[in-house]
Order: sequence, then C-alpha cells, then structure tokens
Amino acid sequence: MIPIQHYLVVAAALFCIGTAGVLVRRNVITMFLCIELMLNAANLTFVAFSRFLGELHGQIFVFFVMTVAAAEAAVGLGIIVALYRNRETLNVDDANVMKW
Amino acid sequence: MTVVFFYLCAATALISALSVVLQRKTISSALSLVVCLGALALLYVQLEATFIAVVQVIIYAGAIMVLFLFVIMLLDPTSEKFAAPARRVGYAAVPLVYLLGVLIWRAAASYRPAFDGAGLGAPSGIAAIGIELFSNYLLPFEVTSILILVAVLGAIVLAKKKL
Repeated sequence: MIPIQHYLVVAAALFCIGTAGVLVRRNVITMFLCIELMLNAANLTFVAFSRFLGELHGQIFVFFVMTVAAAEAAVGLGIIVALYRNRETLNVDDANVMKW
Repeated sequence: MTVVFFYLCAATALISALSVVLQRKTISSALSLVVCLGALALLYVQLEATFIAVVQVIIYAGAIMVLFLFVIMLLDPTSEKFAAPARRVGYAAVPLVYLLGVLIWRAAASYRPAFDGAGLGAPSGIAAIGIELFSNYLLPFEVTSILILVAVLGAIVLAKKKL
C-alpha cells in the first residue's frame, strides 16, 4: 500500500513544473499546455484523497474539473486562433496592447 | 509489485511533464503532455478510480489534446527560440523551489501510518458515481451543460473570420 503522501508529493511536483512552465515559456500554446498540467496535478490530489478517505466526492470533483477544462480549452484555443489572425504571433510578449 | 508500478508511473509523469516545459517545438510539448496524461490515468487505476481513468483517456487524451493538435497544425507556429532564461525567470524560480520544498516537507511531516486507507477503499464503480452525480450533484451537473453550451458559442464567435 502506497501512503497518500507519495501521491501528494507527485502532485505537488507536477503543479510546480506547470507553474514554472507558465512563467518561463513565452509561447502561448505551451503556456496553455502547462495550465492543463496544473489542472491534472490538482486532479491527482483529489483522487488520492478520495481513495484514502473512502469517499466519492473527490472523483465527482475531478469529473467537473475535466468538463470545465474542456470548455476552457475550446474558448482558449479560439482566443489563440484570433490572436494569431490579428497579430501573426504566438508570443505573449507581443500581445501587449492592454499592458500598462 | 504495486510499489514498482507506482514509481514507474510517477517517474513517467514527472519526466514527461518536464519535457512539456523543456521541449523546443510546441508539437513535442503537446505529445509529451499526452504521455503525462496516460501515466496519470495509470495512477488513477492504481487508486481504484477506474471511471476517472477511463474519462481521463477518452476526454483529456482523446478530445482535448486532439483539439490542441489541430490548432498547432493549423497555426504551424515557428519553434520558439529557447534563449537563455531572462532575468525575471531567475526570480520566479526562487518562490517555486520554496513552494515545492514546503509542500514536500509538509507532506512528509504529516505522515501518519494510521492514515494509509487500508481496508477503507472508495465505493468505486460507475454505478456509485452515477447515483451520486444524479442525486446530490444534480444542480452542478445541469449547470455544467449550460457552461459547455456557452463555451461552444464563445469559441464559434471567437474563431469567426470577422469578429
């Protein structure tokens, strides 16, 4: 039996890798992929606690997170396509119209 | 056996996650993320969350990542110049490493052998999840359908030629 701490450490490491990716990379699609990575780290935590507390609520929460992630991916990729059409770029540093 | 399986899956997930961040080409990052999602699905199987594992493969790896790959192929982004990290990246690394350290330390410090869940086990299975979803979580479930409808409409409006 693997203790829950192992799963939590893996999820924490995944989340930190995702955060680092959002901060380091300038490509908007790669940043989006890193956001998905962070969502999955949270999902792993939910499922681990669901298993070790003997309840189903964590798995239901993961189900909702996945649906929201699907909706978010559709809208986000639409924004990326619109950005590429108007700006001819995928670099977030070039999309700075609203930047102070 | 299960321990070896766990460490194999966890190592695969972490290495492919690092690959998502470090790959130069966007398409390689996306494919690395698919590997990471598969490894996580195996971890879910080990946690006796078979429904979540199946949904992970079908929806995440099957639908969302295909959407990503379509957009990547459509836009054909030139590979990002992975230049030397800018100065602000160095600053960003400090709180990140701190955060990771604190998380691991907290997790290790809170280790209680009684809390290993042996013999507990979630009432897994699609039937239990379905009953829960359509009784206690009925309202959030219906709201989700509205959310998806709005997202679809928003994506269509955003992707139209003339905004």
